[in-house]
Amino acid sequence: MRTKIEASNVHLHYGDFHALKGINMQIPERTVTALIGPSGCGKSSYLRLFNRMNDLIDGVRIDGKVLIDNTDIYSIPQSEVDRLRRKVGMVFQKPNPFPKTIFENVAYGLRVNGLKDKKVIGEQVEKALRQAALWEEVKDKLKKSAFELSGGQQQRLCIARAMAIEPSILLMDEPASALDPISTGKIEELIYELKSNFTIIIVTHNMQQASRVSDYTGFFLLGELIEFDETKKIFRNPEKQQTENYITGRFG
Amino acid sequence: MISFPKQVDREKRLHQAIAFWIARIISYSILLILFLILFFILKRGIGVINWEFLTAMPIDGMTKGGILPAIVGTLYLVLMSMIIAFPVGVLSGIYVNEYAKEGAIKQFVKMMTNNLAGVPSIVFGLFGMALFVNRLGFGASILAGSLTLALLALPLIIRTTEESLKAVDDTFRHASYALGASKLRTIRKVVLPIAFPNIITGLILGIGRVSGETAPILFTVAAYFLPKLPQSLFDQAMALPYHLYVISTSGTNIQASRPIAYGTAVILILIVLGMNLLANFVRSHYSRKVKMK
Ligand SMILES: Nc1ncnc2c1ncn2[C@@H]1O[C@H](COP(=O)(O)OP(=O)(O)O)[C@@H](O)[C@H]1O
Ligand SMILES: [Mg+2]
Repeated sequence: MRTKIEASNVHLHYGDFHALKGINMQIPERTVTALIGPSGCGKSSYLRLFNRMNDLIDGVRIDGKVLIDNTDIYSIPQSEVDRLRRKVGMVFQKPNPFPKTIFENVAYGLRVNGLKDKKVIGEQVEKALRQAALWEEVKDKLKKSAFELSGGQQQRLCIARAMAIEPSILLMDEPASALDPISTGKIEELIYELKSNFTIIIVTHNMQQASRVSDYTGFFLLGELIEFDETKKIFRNPEKQQTENYITGRFG
Repeated sequence: MISFPKQVDREKRLHQAIAFWIARIISYSILLILFLILFFILKRGIGVINWEFLTAMPIDGMTKGGILPAIVGTLYLVLMSMIIAFPVGVLSGIYVNEYAKEGAIKQFVKMMTNNLAGVPSIVFGLFGMALFVNRLGFGASILAGSLTLALLALPLIIRTTEESLKAVDDTFRHASYALGASKLRTIRKVVLPIAFPNIITGLILGIGRVSGETAPILFTVAAYFLPKLPQSLFDQAMALPYHLYVISTSGTNIQASRPIAYGTAVILILIVLGMNLLANFVRSHYSRKVKMK
């Protein structure tokens, strides 16, 4: 399998605080990678590297190399960052649809990226909503506010919104942590489906979830990547004692 | 298990009830005072209001006739000053909240905006006279008056814009950036629509402030008496608050013009109310467009 994402010796500082300490990781195309570890160990900071969302935070310093499709995304000009974000979609921890209609939420990314043709936009919105397994539930109320949807539906809408512009990578930061078990199940099924088209990185607190949806798992602790391997391996016989302690719930 | 004394709950409830009633009484008394003022003015002024009062020129040393030029003047001044102050204020608010980097300069700008809001309006009047009337040579004119009033309203509009933008949750901005949207696009299409209904509040406050002021227009536009309506931006104009001031303090026959004074006050209040209603309508129109619920 082709390597889609590669981090080599990545360090991240928030001012003086050393949040990521020399991370190395290679993620193959069209796979799901789960990032696990106790709160504050740097999972979100790591995830935000890949669409350069850390750039929005004052005082961040990033060293090392992050390659996506063999391009160092930290050496591209600022003007290319928008294009990078088009390629690398993101779903946030808390569902954050815009206060617009359901349709406009999904159409937003298309319009932002210059699409004007109404028919194409309509088709693309439907396609994304179908991919997010939301179409049947919302097809009769596309003009309604996104805020009328349940939390789980809102999160799937956010997934549809991210997918509408056809990124090749999808970053998800604990996408189900604010949801009930049924909605969580739906999101997990969805992730499984999406794998054939996207390279997915998902941060999760939930060990079962990591083992259910992912092919690879990375375990973070205090800003270090302790272990990165196939999910089966991590959950059956991890190399490191710390990993085993964490997944068996002995700390964190 | 510890058992908490029962009367604590009762005391808490009592304190809460007392505090609540005090707050309620205070706010009702404020409302009452407001209504008393309105009632008082309406009662004395409503009698003189008729078609002629609204559409005729003042006559007989302003003891008779109408107040048309003052109405027209005030409408011009409010409209013009808002046309100037609203876009400038909103753009400044956007700059301060969205673009300016945190730091000394931003703090300084914010502090100056606050200070400006506290400057007495007569000072604005003097400044407007020095700059617009004399230096820039606009003379005493609607243009000079509107610019002066715009300066007066600017801090209010900047402040409300800033606050409204700050209230927009960052998660919306992040979602937009994550889709590849530029900063400008994000502000225009996501942040501003959410903030706009609240920004309109700034406009309403501005209108309220501007329409009732006398001091800033005293030296910059207001005429004691004009026999005809203003023809251009460079003409002087009469204005309701100043007209009110004139006929109640220095008219040829103050007693005779008392009813006209109250009538003028009623019209001024109605105009302010009307503009507030209009602005509220615009506000609710925009908040319906923001699909928060
Ligand atoms: N914007 C920020 N400024 C300063 N420190 C931050 C910021 N974001 C995160 N951190 C710190 O970096 C560490 C890693 O945070 P984060 O990546 O959010 O961890 P996780 O997602 O694993 O809970 C934490 O100690 C956190 O306090
Ligand atoms: Mg996190």
